[in-house]
Amino acid sequence: MAAGQAAVQALNLATPPLDDRSKHLRRLAVRALEGGERGHVGSSMSLVEIMRVLYDDILRYRPAEPKWRDRDRMILSKGHGCIALYVMLAEKGFFPLEELDSFCRRDSILGGHPEAGKVPGVEASTGALGHGLSVGVGMALAARMQKRDSRVIVVMGDGEINEGSVWEAAMCAGKHKLSNLTAVIDYNKIQSAGPTREIQDLEPLIDKWRAFNFATIDVDGHDVAALREAFQQLPLAQDRPSAIICHTVKGKGIAFAENDANWHHKSKIANDVVAKLYAALE
Amino acid sequence: MRQTCLNMVYELAKRDERAVFIGSDLSPGLLTNMQKEMPERWYMEGITEANVIGMAAGMAMEGHVPYVNTIATFITRRCYEQVAVDLCLHNLPVRLIGNGGGLVYAPLGPTHLAIEDIAIMRALPNMTVTAVCDAKEMVRLMNCTLDWPGPIYIRLAKGGDPVVSREELGFAIGKAITMRRARTRRAIVLMATGVMTTNCLKAAELLAKDGIDVSVVHFHTIKPLDEEAVLEFARDAELVATVEEGVKIGGFGSAVADVMIEQLSTSMPPLLRLGLPDEFPHNYGLQDDLLDIYGLMPGQIAAQIAKHAKKKARVA
Repeated sequence: MAAGQAAVQALNLATPPLDDRSKHLRRLAVRALEGGERGHVGSSMSLVEIMRVLYDDILRYRPAEPKWRDRDRMILSKGHGCIALYVMLAEKGFFPLEELDSFCRRDSILGGHPEAGKVPGVEASTGALGHGLSVGVGMALAARMQKRDSRVIVVMGDGEINEGSVWEAAMCAGKHKLSNLTAVIDYNKIQSAGPTREIQDLEPLIDKWRAFNFATIDVDGHDVAALREAFQQLPLAQDRPSAIICHTVKGKGIAFAENDANWHHKSKIANDVVAKLYAALE
Repeated sequence: MRQTCLNMVYELAKRDERAVFIGSDLSPGLLTNMQKEMPERWYMEGITEANVIGMAAGMAMEGHVPYVNTIATFITRRCYEQVAVDLCLHNLPVRLIGNGGGLVYAPLGPTHLAIEDIAIMRALPNMTVTAVCDAKEMVRLMNCTLDWPGPIYIRLAKGGDPVVSREELGFAIGKAITMRRARTRRAIVLMATGVMTTNCLKAAELLAKDGIDVSVVHFHTIKPLDEEAVLEFARDAELVATVEEGVKIGGFGSAVADVMIEQLSTSMPPLLRLGLPDEFPHNYGLQDDLLDIYGLMPGQIAAQIAKHAKKKARVA
C-alpha cells in the first residue's frame, strides 16, 4: 500500500472490471486534468459510473435545449467532482469536447467548480458544500407546484454530508414526501483529510437516511448494470424521497491513485504524470 | 410594518401565482388566509435557515418568486453562505424579509439584534438592500418586488411605527426621497434609512425651533444607492450627517461616504456619521432605550447637529 493510502473498510463488492466506455470517459477526464494541469482527480474518478449511467440511461434532457422545461434536473452538489460531469455533458453535445482542454483556464467556461449560466447543462453553481440538496428540494417542490413530472437528482459527496444543512434539507424532503427527489451519495470513504471513518464517521449511513424518511438502497457505484438497475427503480417509494448510497473507490481506475487521500486534488500536473494517468487506463 | 408586509405577500400571491411564502418557525396563525387558500404556496419549514434559503433558490430557478421570512439576524448571519451562493451568485428573485432590523429586539439581548445586517447584505454582489420607514411605504416597496430581477433584503422595523412617508413623493427601488428641503443654499443635510428617517424628521423640527434649517433625505434603498441624490445634496452642503440604526462599519453611512469620497474628493463637505459603534449592545429595555444609549433619539440627533452648526458659527 502506497504512502498515504488509507485502509478502507472491506465491502466485498465483486465490481466487474471497467469496460471500454468507462475507460474512455476516464481518458476524457484526464484530458481536462491535462488542460488545467490540476483538478480533483480522486473525487472525479469515483463519480464516473454514476454520471455515465445517469446521462446514458436515466435522465431526460435535450442537449440543444438545456433549459427544456420538462427535463430532469441533476445537481452535482459535490461540485469539486465536476470533471466527471463536464465529460458527460461534452460527450452528449451540451458543448464541444475541445472545451475540456480549457479546464480552469482564464477564459474557459469550465471552472474548478461548475457554474450555472456558464456551462450548458449545469443546473446550479456548486462548490461550497452542503447546498445542493436544499436547492433540489426547492426544485422538486416547484415541479409539484407546476404539475411537471421532472425528477430531481442531487449527487453529494460523503465528506459533503458532514454539513448540517444537508440534514436540514433531508428533514424537509421527508416532510414533504418528495418522491420526485433522489439523493445520491458518492461514498468513496475518503474525504480530503483522510478516511471518513476517522474524520467524521458517517455510519450507519443507510440507517441515517432511512431515519430521515428516505427510501434507501445501496449499490456498487462502479457496477454499471447494478447502478442502472438501481436508478431504474426510482422512485424507490411513492410516498418518500429516495436515497441511493453508491459505494465507490476514490480515484477508481487509476491504480496508483485509488484510495489515496493525496489524490483528492492535484495541482501542477506535469506531462509525465499525465502520461502515467493515461497509461493506467490502458 | 411587519403585518403589512406579510399581508402584502398574500395580496401579491393572489395577484401572481409565482409568489410563494416560506417561513421558518414563526407565530402560530401567520398568514392562515394564504395557507387556507393556496396551501401549495405556503411553507413553514422550521428552524432550518440554510435549508430554507437553498429551497427558495431552487424554487426561484424554476420561475417562482419566494418571500422568505424570519428574524433579521437569522436570515442574514445564520445562512450567509446560502444567501451569497444560492441567491446572489445565481441572481435569483428571492425576497428576504427580516423581522426586527436593528435594535427592535432590545429586550431579547445581543443574539437577536440585527446590527450589521445592512453592512453584510450590501457587501454581496447582486443583493438589493431596503429599509423602509413605515407601513405605508412598505406597501409601495412590496408592489415593486414581484418583478425586481435579483434578490432583495427587506429590513423590517418594530411595527406600529408612525407614518411619515407620503404617497405623492412616489416610490421606486433605488430612488431616494426628499422628505424635507432646507430653504438656505448651503444647508445641513440629514441622510437616513429605515425608521431613522422618522427620528431625523423630528430632529429637523427641533432644529428649526433653534433657527437651524436642515434637509432630510430618506434612503429606503441602501443598495443600489441613489448616488445622484447623495451628490445633489452633498455638493452644496455645509454638513452631511448620515443616520442609521446599525453599525457604522460598512453600513449606510459608509455607502454614502464612498460616493462622496470618490465623486467630490477635495470639495467634500464635512461628514458626520451617526450609528452604532463597533460593539455588541449589552443593555436590554426597549428599542428606544438602546437608541438613547447610542445617541439616535431625535433630541440627541438634533443636539449633535446643533453642536456642529454652532461650532461653524463661532468659526465664522
